[in-house]
Amino acid sequence: MPSEKKNTFDARALRTSATFPDHVLAEIHRAADQGVYEIRGFGAKRQIPTFDDLLFLGASMSRYPLEGYRELCETDVIIGDRFAKKPLNLKIPITIAGMSFGALGANAKESIGLAATAMGTSTTTGDGGMTDEERLSSETLIYQVLPSRYGLNPDDVRRANALEVVVGQGAKPGGGGMLLGQKITERVAGMRDLPVGIDQRSACRHPDWTGPDDLEIKIQELREITDWSIPILIKIGATRVKYDVALAVKAGADAIVLDGMQGGTAATQDVFIEHVGIPTLPAVRQAVNTLIELDMHRKVQLIVSGGIRSGADTAKALALGADAVSIGSAAMVALGCNRPVYHDDYTALGTAPGCCHHCHTGRCPVGITTQDPKLEARLRPEQGSRWLKNYLATMVLELQTLARACGKSHVLNLEPEDMVALTVEAAAMAQVPLAGTGWIPGKLD
Amino acid sequence: MVLQMRFDLATHSLREINQTLHHIDRRPGETFVIEHPKGTHSVAVGLTEPIEVTIEGHVGYYCAGMNKNASIHIIGNAGPGLAENMMSGRIFVDGNASQYAGASGHGGLLVIKGNTSSRCGISMKGIDIVVGGSIGHFGAFMAQTGRLVVCEDAGGNLGDSIYEAQIYVRGEIDGLGSDCVEKEMRPEHKTELLELLERACLSVPIDDFRRYGSARNLYNFKIDNADAI
Ligand SMILES: Cc1cc2nc3c(=O)[nH]c(=O)nc-3n(C[C@H](O)[C@H](O)[C@H](O)COP(=O)(O)O)c2cc1C
Ligand code: SF4
Repeated sequence: MPSEKKNTFDARALRTSATFPDHVLAEIHRAADQGVYEIRGFGAKRQIPTFDDLLFLGASMSRYPLEGYRELCETDVIIGDRFAKKPLNLKIPITIAGMSFGALGANAKESIGLAATAMGTSTTTGDGGMTDEERLSSETLIYQVLPSRYGLNPDDVRRANALEVVVGQGAKPGGGGMLLGQKITERVAGMRDLPVGIDQRSACRHPDWTGPDDLEIKIQELREITDWSIPILIKIGATRVKYDVALAVKAGADAIVLDGMQGGTAATQDVFIEHVGIPTLPAVRQAVNTLIELDMHRKVQLIVSGGIRSGADTAKALALGADAVSIGSAAMVALGCNRPVYHDDYTALGTAPGCCHHCHTGRCPVGITTQDPKLEARLRPEQGSRWLKNYLATMVLELQTLARACGKSHVLNLEPEDMVALTVEAAAMAQVPLAGTGWIPGKLD
Repeated sequence: MVLQMRFDLATHSLREINQTLHHIDRRPGETFVIEHPKGTHSVAVGLTEPIEVTIEGHVGYYCAGMNKNASIHIIGNAGPGLAENMMSGRIFVDGNASQYAGASGHGGLLVIKGNTSSRCGISMKGIDIVVGGSIGHFGAFMAQTGRLVVCEDAGGNLGDSIYEAQIYVRGEIDGLGSDCVEKEMRPEHKTELLELLERACLSVPIDDFRRYGSARNLYNFKIDNADAI
C-alpha cells in the first residue's frame, strides 16, 4: 500500500483570534513602538446601527403616491426663525457641515462654497476662523464659535449669515479640536495666533462660559452684538441627547445641530472616534422626542449629521423628525476622497484607496485635506464644485423619490409611520416597528 | 462745549442702547454715558467705533465683549467674561472683575484696577491685560500671545499650557501650571512692563516683578521609535 503523505497543514494553528484580529494586533504593535495614542481622520469604522437598518413603506392601497417628476415635492426649509430677524432660507434640507480651513485646503473650501451656493444651501466655517475665499464662494455661510476661538472676530461675526456655538462634535464629544504640526503652515498659524508647526490641541471647553445658564447669557451677548438679526445654532455631539437638547432650547438656540458618533473628523484620537458618543439613529429619535415634549418641534429646527451619505439617509432622518441634515465626510468623498487614483501616494501613507483616513497627515493624495500647494492643485475648484453639486442634486432626487413614493408633497411631511426597522436594535433606537410586526421594542405606552 | 449723550438703563432697554452705540452718527468729540447698569449683562458689546463710553455702576456678564476701537470706562465692578474676545481699544475697570476677564482677547488694553477671579486672560490672543490687584487660579490658561501683568498675587496653575504669551507678576504665586516656567527678566522686558503700567495709569515699582512664559515642552506630541532599537 502506497504510504499516504501526511498533510502538515493544521487549520487550528493558523486560526486568528476574534479578540485579537489583525487591526488590533497592528495597533498594539504601533503603540509599543510610539508610546502615544493613534490620531486619525474620517469617522468611526466599526459597525453600528444606521439608517440602513430602516426601510420605507411605499404607498399602496391605504395611501397613494405622488407622480415622480410631475407632481411637486418641495424641499425648502427655514432654519432659525425662533428669534432671528433673518433666518436661513435653504432650497434643500442638506447643508455642509463645519470643516475648518486648515483641516481642508483652500481649494476644497472653495469647491464646497460654490457647490452649496449653486444648490441653495449653506456651508459652515470651522476651528480656525473664516477665510475671504469661503465668504466669497458661499452665499449662505454659518460661522462657528468654538472653544478655541481661533480667528474669531466681530467683523466676521457680522458678515456671517448665522452663528453656530460648538459645544461638541460627534467624533469627539468632550474633546477639543486637533491639527497636527505638519498642517500648521504660516497662513494657518497666523489665523489661529499659534506658532508654526506645533501640534495644535485646542480647548474642549469655551473660555468664557461653563454651564447652560452661562450659555444663555453668552447667546444673549452674541444676539446683542449682531442686533438680533442672524440665527444662532448650537452644535452638540450625541451623548446625553435628551438633556443636551432641552438645555440648548433653554439657552435660546434658534436651531440645534446634532452630530452622531460616526461623524467625521480631520484629526482625533482613534479611541475617541470609536468609543465615545451614541450613533446618529437613536440620537435623532431622542432629540425629536425632547423637542416634542417641550412643544418646540419645528420651532427650534434640528439639523442632523453623522454618517449621512445619500438621499435615503436624508429621507430617514427627516422622517424621524429632523428639519435638515448636514454632511462632512460624504462631501469630501464627492470631492474625490478615497478615489482610486494616485495609488503611489496612498501607498506612501501606508494605506490604499477605500481605507484612507489620513487627513491628519496633511498628505491627502487627492488634494482635499492638505495645505501643500502641489497636492492641493489636484483638486480644481471648477471640478470639485461640479462633483459636489452633482452629488447634492442626486441626493435631492433620491430624497424626493422616496417622499413621493410615500405620498408627500414636501419632504418634511415624511413621518416615522412611513418606516419599519430591519433589526430589533434599529427598531428600539428609532422607535419604529420591526418589519412585519407591530412591535416597537422599548416603547413606553 | 463737551457733547455728551446719556443713556439710563433704568428707563432705556439694553437693546436700544447697544443698537444706538452700534449705529452711532457721532458728533465730533461726543462721549457717551450709561447710568444705572445694575449688573445688566452684555452692556456695550460689539462696539466698533472709536468712541468713549463711561458706565456708571456695576455690570454683569460680557461687558465690552468683542470691543473694537472703543474706550470703555466702568466705574464699578464687572461680572464674568469682561471684554471677552476684545480686538482693540481700551477697557478700564475701577473695581474688581469676575472670572474669564479678557478671555480670548485678540488685542487692545484691558485694565482692572482691583482684583480679578479665575481664568483671567484664558486663551488670550494678543490682548494686554493689567491687573492692579491679584488674580485667581488658572490665570493665562492656554494663553497664546499678548501680555498679562499682575501687580499683586496670582492663584494656582498660573499659565497652564501657555504658548507665546508673557506673564509678569509682582507678588506671590500659588504655583505654576503645566509647561509654565519663570524666565529671565531682561532690560527689554523691564521697558515693556514700564510702558504697560504707564498705559494702565498705574504707578507700581517694577523691581519685584518676575516674568513667566512657556517651556515649550507641550508644543508637539512626543513620539518614541522603539522599533528602531
Ligand atoms: C475634515 C473635517 C473637518 C472638520 N472640522 C470641524 C470643525 O472645525 N468644527 C466642527 O464643529 N466640526 C468639524 N468636523 C465635523 C463636521 O462638522 C461634522 O460634524 C461631521 O463631519 C458630520 O459627520 P459626517 O462626516 O459623517 O458627515 C469636521 C469634519 C471633517 C470630516
Ligand atoms: S483621501 Fe484625503 S480626505 Fe480622504 S481620508 Fe485620505 S487624506 Fe482624508
